[in-house]
Amino acid sequence: MEHIRLPKVERVQLLDRGSSRRAQVGTLYLTASHTIFVDNETEVCSEIWVLHSLVCNVEKQSVTAFGYPLLIQCKNFQVIQLIIPQENDCNDVLMSLLRLSRAKRYEELYCFSFKPNIDKAERDQAWDFIDLRAEYSRMGVPNKLWHVSPINREYRVCDTYPTDLFVPKSATLPVIVGSSKFRSRGRFPTLSYYCKETQAAICRSSQPLSGFSARCLEDEQMLEAIMKSNPGSRFMYVVDTRPKLNAMANRATGKGYESEDNYTNIKFQFIGIENIHVMRNSQQKLIEVSDLRSPSMGEFLLGLENSDWLKHIQTILTAGKFISKAVAEEGVSVLVHCSDGWDRTAQVCSVACILLDPYYRTLKGFMGTYLCDRMAFPYRYSHLDEDPKEVSPVIDQFLECVWQLMEQFPCAFEYNERFLISIHNHIHSCQYGNFVCNSEKERKDLGIREKTHSLWPHMWKNKSDFVNPLFRPDHSQTQGVLRPLTTPYCFKFWRGLYNHFDRGLHPRQSVLDCLMAVKEETQQLEELLAVCEIIRLLRSKQCHPEWSDVNCSANSPQDYTGGILSTGPKDWPVQQRETESTELSLFGDATKSSDPDNSDQESGVADFSCHSSSGGDSFPSEDSVKDADSDEAAFNTA
Amino acid sequence: MEFAELIKTPRVDGVVLHRPFLPTVEGTLCLTGHHLILSSRQDNTEELWLLHSNIDAIEKRFIGSLGTIIVKCKDLRIIQLDIPGMEECLNIASSIEALSTLDSVSLMYPFFYRPMFEVIEDGWHLFSPEEAFKDLESMTDEWRLSEVNKDFTVCPSYPSLVTVPKDIDDDTLCKAAAFRHGGRFPVLSYYHKKNGMVMMRAGQPLTGTNGRRCKEDEKLINATLRAGKRGYIIDTRTIAVAQQAKARGGGFEQEANYPQWRRIHKAIERSNILQESLIKLVEACNDQSNSMDRWLSKLEASNWQSHVKEILTTACLAAQCIDRSGASVLVHGTEGTDSTLQVTSLAQIILEPACRTIRGFQALVEREWLQAGHPFQQRCAQSAYSNGKPRSEAPVFLLFLDCVWQILRQFPCSFQFNEHFLITLFEHAYASQFGTFLGNSAAESRVKLKLSRKTVSLWSWVNRPQELERFVNPLYEPNSLVIWPSVAPQSLLLWEGVFLRWNRSTKFLDEAYEEMVHIIEYNKELQNKVNSLRRQLAQLETEDSPLQTP
Repeated sequence: MEHIRLPKVERVQLLDRGSSRRAQVGTLYLTASHTIFVDNETEVCSEIWVLHSLVCNVEKQSVTAFGYPLLIQCKNFQVIQLIIPQENDCNDVLMSLLRLSRAKRYEELYCFSFKPNIDKAERDQAWDFIDLRAEYSRMGVPNKLWHVSPINREYRVCDTYPTDLFVPKSATLPVIVGSSKFRSRGRFPTLSYYCKETQAAICRSSQPLSGFSARCLEDEQMLEAIMKSNPGSRFMYVVDTRPKLNAMANRATGKGYESEDNYTNIKFQFIGIENIHVMRNSQQKLIEVSDLRSPSMGEFLLGLENSDWLKHIQTILTAGKFISKAVAEEGVSVLVHCSDGWDRTAQVCSVACILLDPYYRTLKGFMGTYLCDRMAFPYRYSHLDEDPKEVSPVIDQFLECVWQLMEQFPCAFEYNERFLISIHNHIHSCQYGNFVCNSEKERKDLGIREKTHSLWPHMWKNKSDFVNPLFRPDHSQTQGVLRPLTTPYCFKFWRGLYNHFDRGLHPRQSVLDCLMAVKEETQQLEELLAVCEIIRLLRSKQCHPEWSDVNCSANSPQDYTGGILSTGPKDWPVQQRETESTELSLFGDATKSSDPDNSDQESGVADFSCHSSSGGDSFPSEDSVKDADSDEAAFNTA
Repeated sequence: MEFAELIKTPRVDGVVLHRPFLPTVEGTLCLTGHHLILSSRQDNTEELWLLHSNIDAIEKRFIGSLGTIIVKCKDLRIIQLDIPGMEECLNIASSIEALSTLDSVSLMYPFFYRPMFEVIEDGWHLFSPEEAFKDLESMTDEWRLSEVNKDFTVCPSYPSLVTVPKDIDDDTLCKAAAFRHGGRFPVLSYYHKKNGMVMMRAGQPLTGTNGRRCKEDEKLINATLRAGKRGYIIDTRTIAVAQQAKARGGGFEQEANYPQWRRIHKAIERSNILQESLIKLVEACNDQSNSMDRWLSKLEASNWQSHVKEILTTACLAAQCIDRSGASVLVHGTEGTDSTLQVTSLAQIILEPACRTIRGFQALVEREWLQAGHPFQQRCAQSAYSNGKPRSEAPVFLLFLDCVWQILRQFPCSFQFNEHFLITLFEHAYASQFGTFLGNSAAESRVKLKLSRKTVSLWSWVNRPQELERFVNPLYEPNSLVIWPSVAPQSLLLWEGVFLRWNRSTKFLDEAYEEMVHIIEYNKELQNKVNSLRRQLAQLETEDSPLQTP
């Protein structure tokens, strides 16, 4: 609280970026966790809440006739433009937000103060929602070839690894220790995914400290052990996800990559995923493109091309495809690493898992991958106010790969786009403890389990929002390995994420919502049908003389029918009961849209009016009385 | 028959056919007057029946005595025929070339096609100007149906009946026609019931360099304005292009002569530029060796998406003037047969819910494209693979369909038809067994070619219940509102259903569509069950009631 210089500012204007519509005027509040804007002009009191932890940039812009503009950019790509009447107030808000949005210590993060109404037992249970051991046993380990090694107990060998690690049974402790000493940060090869059908495994590690010529017998034995744990194959792939040039440069600092000469029976492969600095710049450019105000088609496409973003997504997905193919089709194990083995490696392994295993395409399974891949082998999130150079969009890219796959395989995923966007939001917001810290050890030290809450039960509870209506467990797309196309035209700009808050850019009617509503109604109908069936049976039995005395009066169907027919499911539209021939008005959007004053579709008019150069309020919707000259401003392009 | 002379080799055995997504077939290749047929003569193997008029271009290659013909179709499909024997191959190639570029319309397949189905509802008589006028009459009495063009002399590209303001007599129309490009005097395109505003279309005014004016033209369009109201003239050309047109006798309405009108210039490109754009886009889509950079830069360089955006924006503008500003609108470009029609027809899709039904869309295509004189035959003579000298080919209609598809994507529940319907129209505009898209104007098709007597209408086929089923959008719920699409680049997508159709399998997308249909059908089935059970229960109840009373 001591960082809030000014808790409340009146007469603040909120500009709507998407349209030239008039700014809203309201009151701005700063709380310990949120910035809140309350529109006090309109009758329907609209509010905007922004978590401080989501804010990535606050900027004061040059003064205008209305006051002092403040631009707030968020990690979920929301952009808020405020105009504050007084300069002092603007400065105070700016300084407060700068401090509030940059946690100096983990304990300042929102998840440590977020207190949902849950008791301790429930919280513990929530953290046990996903069980790492159960995840591995689902994959089929431990088995006679793989087991949990006690080697990292108390994080003795590698403090960025979890304690429970799967390694080949044939790898002895000295071999593992030796291998770990030959790997960056001690991150020796461990199991990431095991394919029961082919017995092939995906393992991950950091780069070897090979320099130009160094060797390590134990490390070579370690890889040999992994290869041999897959009895069907005579070699294994070692995939270095870095561009060859980067890997070679690392040799000069005593790191590097495996030589096929020293490691028997490996096939070595570079994949060429750029490092986080390149990715960060690329994403920055992409965000700039998505933020352009009424760009021309050419500007947009050129910007998209120049950002290189889709190229990176293509490379990552291609890498995942390579690994999944090796494991599922060739039955060959793969060791994946990059430099430290936590950015690109985790990303590529997660993509490969999604492609390989239908389980990860279910809600529960996705949460599982998360735990296995992200938490146990974390990326480095930048929740603290640390070096901005270490911020990385690795997780954004992973989520986008999944989205691109959804576009190609619309029936294959149990979750929908909303789920991915929601997870993206939670990763950055730190409302829950799941994505905080960089290692299991850090999490234990901080007491994440005791002091924060887990996201997954919360999402599980709301899962009806996140379910893909086209998903069916017995559908052919749900089975087996996904083989996506990776030709350039298969990759699209992810409007749903990058322009999430620009409502005007999205389809005005959503197929997703429609189908969800239909399915929900179908479920109600099924229930109703079952009840009706019982009543009918009872009824027809009652008509039989021999049955009539069995039925006691309390069971009189009169009550049932009356009850069912007059109440029915909660949202049962009235006309359905009254007239039999009518089609149910199933579609939320369609019913909503019959109110012409307040419809999404009508609001779309904003989009082409923003082609007017002047912007401003020359918006022809509310102006049957306005004179024609001001209309013209809206119509004439610059 | 003349065809026989063109067919040098009617039959070749041992020809191998390669086509997208299907296994190669070996069989006998036959050439008939209108079709290229490949038959394996085995059961269960799909044969190829390709209309010669669907062939856009062919390429020949030889390896030894094995010839290969690559056939590029107007629907953008590419197939390959391996033909043993150099002479056979050359003969086949030259025959295909001759047969696919027949100049005479009367030799086209629609004149020879006999439907295998019974025509229940003749599509030729479904959408007449009289019918459309009847609808109009029920809303307003300010308009009349003029016969001034009954022998097509006033305007060769207009139908014999046009809707004009009631107070304007035929003499005035004739004089206005003399002042407009191609005689295309302003006529009614759309009446907006909600506020009585109208959209009209015309050819450019022939002001020339010395600023000629025409009182009758001014009177004609002013007659559409309410007292004290102003209207908008949307010129689909940039001001620079419109200025240049003056040198060739064309021009635009001078403010001084049309004080009640505000002129707005937009920038919809002309036909040859659009054709070039299509060729580049298809080239980009077909190049499988593209890197991401190359793909995006080629997509951008093709400018196709820019054209889509520009056309949609202009249509939205027209709709906005009418619906939001309560002003009447006159749309024209140069001839008034291309960009003008794109704008007027799309504006109606946005404004008028009836145009979003299958029937209504057919009526729109009839009214705003066929009867309005879009020269289909010229525009669709060649498609994206044409390497011949461009004449007046242009994907004007395809761009319109693309724009409709964009709106459909944004309002997936507001259209009675689905994407497949739009793709079918695209195919038939370029090559068809039906006569609907033959000819260049109502005068030519109705009168000279006697299409309605000699050919079958596409609508006769489309409207059969069996066919209709495939075109119905399962998500459709009538939406009485104006639908405003987003025209931001982020909202406009590449129409994969047309441009990537032959490049990547749509198996998974088709499955998703089927799943969607299934979900909705199952829901309807349950509703029916519940309804019938309820009826039964109600019946039991009435039967029971005597028993119940003690």
